[in-house]
This record gives sequence, C-alpha cells and structure tokens, in this order.
Amino acid sequence: MTALAAQTLGRFDLPWVIAIHQSKDVLRKRWVIAYAVLLTLAGDLLLRLAGNGPSALVSLLNVVLLLIPLIALILGSASLYGAREFTELLLAQPIPRRALFIGLYFGLTIPLAAATAVGLILPFVIERAIDATSAPMLAVLVAVSVLLVAVFTALAFVVTVLVHDRARGLGLAMLLWLSMGVLYDGVVLAVATALRDWPIERGMLAAMVLNPIDLARTILLLRLDVAALMGYTGAVFRAAFGTASGAVIALATLALWVVIPWWFGARAFDRKDF
Amino acid sequence: MMQVRDVHKRFGPLIVLRGVDLALRPGRVTAVVGPNAAGKSTLIRCILGLTRPDRGSILLADGRDVRLPAARAGLGYMPQRPSFPENLSGHEVLAMLDALRPDVVPDNTLLERFQVAAQLDKPVRTLSGGTRQKLSAVIAFRYRPNVLILDEPTAGLDPLAASVFKSAVVAARDAGTTILLTTHVVAELAALADDLAFLLDGAIRFAGSVGSLLADTGASSLDEALSLLMQSPADAIPAAALHAEGDRSPVRVVRETHT
Repeated sequence: MTALAAQTLGRFDLPWVIAIHQSKDVLRKRWVIAYAVLLTLAGDLLLRLAGNGPSALVSLLNVVLLLIPLIALILGSASLYGAREFTELLLAQPIPRRALFIGLYFGLTIPLAAATAVGLILPFVIERAIDATSAPMLAVLVAVSVLLVAVFTALAFVVTVLVHDRARGLGLAMLLWLSMGVLYDGVVLAVATALRDWPIERGMLAAMVLNPIDLARTILLLRLDVAALMGYTGAVFRAAFGTASGAVIALATLALWVVIPWWFGARAFDRKDF
Repeated sequence: MMQVRDVHKRFGPLIVLRGVDLALRPGRVTAVVGPNAAGKSTLIRCILGLTRPDRGSILLADGRDVRLPAARAGLGYMPQRPSFPENLSGHEVLAMLDALRPDVVPDNTLLERFQVAAQLDKPVRTLSGGTRQKLSAVIAFRYRPNVLILDEPTAGLDPLAASVFKSAVVAARDAGTTILLTTHVVAELAALADDLAFLLDGAIRFAGSVGSLLADTGASSLDEALSLLMQSPADAIPAAALHAEGDRSPVRVVRETHT
C-alpha cells in the first residue's frame, strides 16, 4: 500500500477509532450502567402493574420522555466537560477536527443509545411480553428513544463547545431540559388558552416542531393511538396531518433535530479556541 | 525546527500575545519562561493548533503550518495536567493513539524504562498521579516526534522517574529533536535548557542561549538572571550588554547575536 493510499484510508478510519474507544469508556461508566438498570426496572415494574398491552408502553413512554433528555443532555454534557483535557490531547494528534468531532459524538451517542435500547427491551424479554401487538409498538418506542438520545447528545455537544465554563454549561443544559421537558407544554397550553379566540393552529404546529420531546411524544402516541394523552400540540398535529402522515412528518422533523444541532456543534468545534 | 512568526492573540478585550517571534532550533531545548499570565499557555496552545492566532503563523521546518492535521504527526505533547478516559486501561489509551498513526511503529523505550507496563493494564481511574504523568510522557515520546512540547513535565514524577525522563529529553535533543519546555523548576531549566525565551505581557523580552542570558545580565546563576528579568526586564539588564532589535514595545527586546 502506498503512503498516500494509507493516508486516505486512514482518514475514513479516524472517526471510528475515536468512537470505538470512547464507546468502551462510556459503556463502563457507572451512571450509564445505572441508567440501563433503572430503565429495565421501571419497564419491568410497569409491565407487572399494567400488563402487556399498550397501557404499559404509554406509561413507559412518560418515563422515557423525562429520563432520556435528562441523561443525554446533562450527564452527556458533564461527561464531555470531564473529557476536555483528553480532547485537547487528541486535538494535538494528526486528526482533523471534524473527524474528531464525529468520533466523539458517536462515541457518546452509540453507548447511550445501546443502554436505552437494552433498558427498554430487556423487561419485555424478562416478562415474556413480546407478542404480535406489542412488538411493533416496542420497536417504534425504541427507535424514537434512540433518536431522542441522538438529539440530546447533539445538544450536549453544542452546549459544551459554546460554553467554556463547566458550571455555566451544566446550568444551561439543566435549563434546556427543564424548558423542553417540563415547562414547554404548560407554556404552550397557557398561550393557547389566552389566544383561544384566534386562529392559532399553525402557531401550535410550529410550537410542537420547536420541541423534540413533543415531537417524540406525538410520534409514539399517534402510533399507539391514544389521543387523550397527546397534549394540546399533539392533538392539533393529529387534526392537521392525520395519523399515518403525521407520524412520518414528525419523524422527519425529529431527524432534523439531530442534524441541525449536530451541524451547528461541528462548525463551532471546528472554530473553537481550546 | 519551528518558526513562530508575529503571533497575535486576544480574547475579547484581553490581549494575550503581542507579536511573538520565536525560532525553536533542532537539537536544542528551548525553555519558555515568564511570570503567571505572561501568555505561555496561550503560546503553547497556538503551537499545538488548539488555539488559532488572530495574526501570524507557526511553521515547521518544511514550511507546513502546524494547524494542518498531517503536520501534527511529528509533534509530541506532554500537557501540564494529563487526563485520560477514566474507564480505559493505560494500554487501551495507547492502542487508541497508536491507531491514529497506523504508519508509525511505536517506540516503547520510555515505557520500558519507567517499568509501568504492568500498571497500565489497570483502568486509568485507579492509577496514581505519577503513573498518569509517566503515561503522558510515554505518549509524548512514543511516535518519535520531530518537535516535542513539554509543559511542566516533571510535576508529579518521583526523583527516579524524573531522572529517567530527563535522560529521555537529552537523548531526543541529541538525536536532533526540537524541544520546547516550560517549567518553574529552575534546577530543571539549568539541567535541560539550551535556549531560553522570556515572555512578559504577551511579548518575548529575551530570546537567546542560557549562556548569553547569564553574560548579558551579569548574574551568577540562572535563578538570579530570571529574577532580574521578572522584576524589571529592561532596566535589570546592563545596557551595554543588550542587543536591541527595535522599539516594538515599551520594554526593549533583547536578542542574542550569533556571529
């Protein structure tokens, strides 16, 4: 192999070198193991209490929508801040910044996504609750959960690249989680109530698109067909797009929530002074 | 060889580097010294490509900019505070870095001389500060660098390990490696440094050999010469001994002249 060919092959290989080793490190972290165990225990408990049907999945959905953004955004940010000195050592190696960013992103996202998938599937295996009805729904739950992990680790990268100070960065991550996971639907509902005499459906659709957690909830509840739990924005979304097309549009929009923060984070990482 | 040319850097209103010019010569250990907040860390970060200068360039002997990833293949770096993924073993860390340079056969000399191979089977989180520092030194020397950047390298090393480390630096220097060293330990400077660059308020106030610094300041020891530079860099040096190159700052720039 010529030196040039070796260099070219090496360039494709570099992000995966970083991602594989980073994944090994993240998978061995106690909080990642604790997160997978917690999800498994929650799923098992809900299956025992609610039975095998969609109701257990709906209950699990609420756990997932609260827990995944919290873990991926806040503990993800803490993990990235903790690895800053090693990232600087890697930046002094012969690796382009973009390749390093790709490696670090997948090195955090893949193990968290794996922990999420294991934590969601394992209780169904333990309780022998996988059947023709629950399997497709569980598949959608796992797929959307993995997408949510990808969204919130991308946001964790944006936070840690843009905010140098660890305490301020973690504060911002907490604020983002609280805003998107806890406060957002309440604020939207308050606005909708205040403006109930106005034609605000388009505004409500926009409001849902602006929150990946709302999007994830809509996708899953459209699939589970549980309209009562959709919340105001989800109900508007369903009325506008119908069940099947609404889910596809929401899924595509959620994918954009991965791509846009990722791209923004990658650009900021390229230009950052460490 | 590395040439730092007119490097400027500011962070918001804070000007950190004000046109730094510095030539690091092959086969020489150049110590960059100066008080806290003089700009040493920022200069090192610029040299490593971690921080981008607002103006100026940092070029290797072949004319390549150090910011190019391929140019960093010949660079060895030992940071002041080594940090590695806590759940990987030392050998896994080495394997990761080896994989970034697939065309280089790693040099295990320092690994063997430190006798840490067995300890590096354990997760990094269980290693002592000294062992982490040894791992950091092993990494810096492992890929036979042309340029070595050593930032407070012996902090945390026991006397025996420090001695092994210093002999490795001397061997690399004798083999023609360009070495930049920062340290606050004067004995280490005296033992290792061939050249010295004194940085104050973001500008080089003295650059020359250790011998010329002693001669120019009239000091009897390196310790005394550095004290004179730090207390009052311009006034402390006898005017007759200066080789000023211009008035680019209120304090005259002092240079060694080689004939």
